[in-house]
Amino acid sequence: MEIPKETLLDIHRRMVRIRVFEEEAGKLMESGKVPGALHLYVGQEAVAAGVMAHLRDEDQITSTHRGHGHLVAKGGDLKKMYAELFGRATGYCNGKGGSMHISDLDLGMLGANGIVGAGLVIAIGAAFSNRYRKTDNVTCCFFGDGASNEGTFHEAANMAALYKLPVVFVCENNGFGEYTRQDRHQAVHDVADRAAGYGMPGVITDGMDAIAVFESAGEAIARARRGEGPTLLECKTYRYFDHVGVRGMGVSYRDDSEVIEWRQRDPIPLMERKLSELGILTAEQAAGVREGTLLEVREAIAFAEASPFPSADQLLEDVYTITAAGGKR
Amino acid sequence: MTATEAPPTRQLSYVGAVGEAFAQLMREDPNVFIVGEDVSLYGSVFGVTRGLLAEFGAERVVDTPISESGIMGLGLGAAATGLRPVVDIMFMDFVGVCMDEIVNQVAKMKYMFGGKVKLPLTIHTMAGAGTSMAAQHSQSLEAWFCHVPGLKVVMPSGPYEAKGLMVAAVHDDNPVMVINTKTLLGARAHVPEELYEIALGKAHVVRQGTNFTIVAIGRMVTESLKAAEMLAEDGLDVEVIDPRTLQPFDTETVVQSVRKTHRALIAHEAVRFGGIGAEFAAQIQEEAFDYLDAPVGRVGAPFSPVPFSPPLEKEYVPNAARIAAEVRRILGKLA
Repeated sequence: MEIPKETLLDIHRRMVRIRVFEEEAGKLMESGKVPGALHLYVGQEAVAAGVMAHLRDEDQITSTHRGHGHLVAKGGDLKKMYAELFGRATGYCNGKGGSMHISDLDLGMLGANGIVGAGLVIAIGAAFSNRYRKTDNVTCCFFGDGASNEGTFHEAANMAALYKLPVVFVCENNGFGEYTRQDRHQAVHDVADRAAGYGMPGVITDGMDAIAVFESAGEAIARARRGEGPTLLECKTYRYFDHVGVRGMGVSYRDDSEVIEWRQRDPIPLMERKLSELGILTAEQAAGVREGTLLEVREAIAFAEASPFPSADQLLEDVYTITAAGGKR
Repeated sequence: MTATEAPPTRQLSYVGAVGEAFAQLMREDPNVFIVGEDVSLYGSVFGVTRGLLAEFGAERVVDTPISESGIMGLGLGAAATGLRPVVDIMFMDFVGVCMDEIVNQVAKMKYMFGGKVKLPLTIHTMAGAGTSMAAQHSQSLEAWFCHVPGLKVVMPSGPYEAKGLMVAAVHDDNPVMVINTKTLLGARAHVPEELYEIALGKAHVVRQGTNFTIVAIGRMVTESLKAAEMLAEDGLDVEVIDPRTLQPFDTETVVQSVRKTHRALIAHEAVRFGGIGAEFAAQIQEEAFDYLDAPVGRVGAPFSPVPFSPPLEKEYVPNAARIAAEVRRILGKLA
């Protein structure tokens, strides 16, 4: 099926938005302006953009420690995102969550997560709820090759297939669980092989090609919306930087040549070449998208830096709500 | 009985009280559902969900694979997206296989998200020794969860509490862990037919007394009442307090009592070392040090896994005699 021109341009914009967001975030971390650890999504943009282009605000996603790209692609507010990275009161979580816990319930974004594999079982709950509430909403669960070794992957996969839940398990196989290469953490090459063990389709797609991701995700999401159950969609992709931060070359756990090889298939120039061949995006227009995004990102960073930190009296807020007796809360 | 006599108060078992709470809550709110191992077709191994499948159907009374992480995650994801789940973890000992979901996800989500999520999730589980189920089916682990900010923890001591606290837990918009006690399941007491709440965070003075305070939780409330009768023979007038909610703990009610009685002991079935009694004792001495005439005592299980063999288990589980003996020992110290 032919993909509408607007959709293609939209996917491209989402990818650029993630790339610029992450590159600037990386600089902020390196310069010490942003506290804590950032796990950057650079290299994997085609996955988030290709999947999210299918989703409505009511469709949920669960994310990972490498979660900025997911929320940016879902339509997250860049100002609130940066403010959260800076630990400011204006952030998505009032500065209480930081990079690893960014969430936006209004956009169905059920949280980045600091525990590898945690989102898998939360996703089946959201999917269960979608059906219980008689909606045709879908939940997309993002996780990595590393998380596919957690018990939660196996429990969630089994339960989702058993109950035929409207969920798509999107495995972003970036080749590494933290600093451990895939062939040193699992005996299978394709995580998608595991789908058969749970009675659901396993699909492999090129995670550097946003159009390929869009097409594969489209089938899986449509299947889930029709009530036909889950799909395990494995996207072969690559993490340009280290597990944390922006380094990524000259490291013990992989050769620089491998990084260079993957970067030659960078998802954004790849998409731009395709759009150029289709005659819907010129090099100038592509540069314009990037420039526009950079301005927006800088504005968001300025907003974050000018925002106040949470006050000390907010420390104990939102642990839980103390409620008086009687009536519903 | 003649018609002129007052109507008998309705007696119900603990297990019946839990089941009645579930049924009434599900009738009241279509977003309430129950999910867990063998809760649906079998009606739960403890019988607490018997009859629910017939009335509410398999969509709302959901059997699961033996996958505690999956079950807890399902409850969490459903709660975060508008439902009001009751998650059943059959034996409390099984929390070990969903500890990440409880401690890192359920408990922290509201705080981590800056308060922008509502999690009306009830976790129901069954604790306690005394049934020869050995070390992995008998523990009382309430202290673990009282230590984790973000969870409320209740421990019903009888049928009235079992229903009222369950209703309050399910009505609450925060995650609440309801720890029932398997050896209380057959206990009977008056339980009102209507749906009623017992306020969370409010202790109950079960027996008024003037010169000794026993703070007891779960089944130890019954044992403490028996101990109070034994001690009455010594001329001691014991007050027994059931906190009902362990987190948040009603320090005020307990401290008021100790200021009056000047002596206190805490009784729970869990292992004494690091048990919740240690926190209660610390709070009492912080808030009522000048009123105390004796060290705050504690009765709990010894520092060992729960043994299987009945005579060993009998030795292990605290009871009225041991509580009374500890009270006498504390008083002896005063002489």
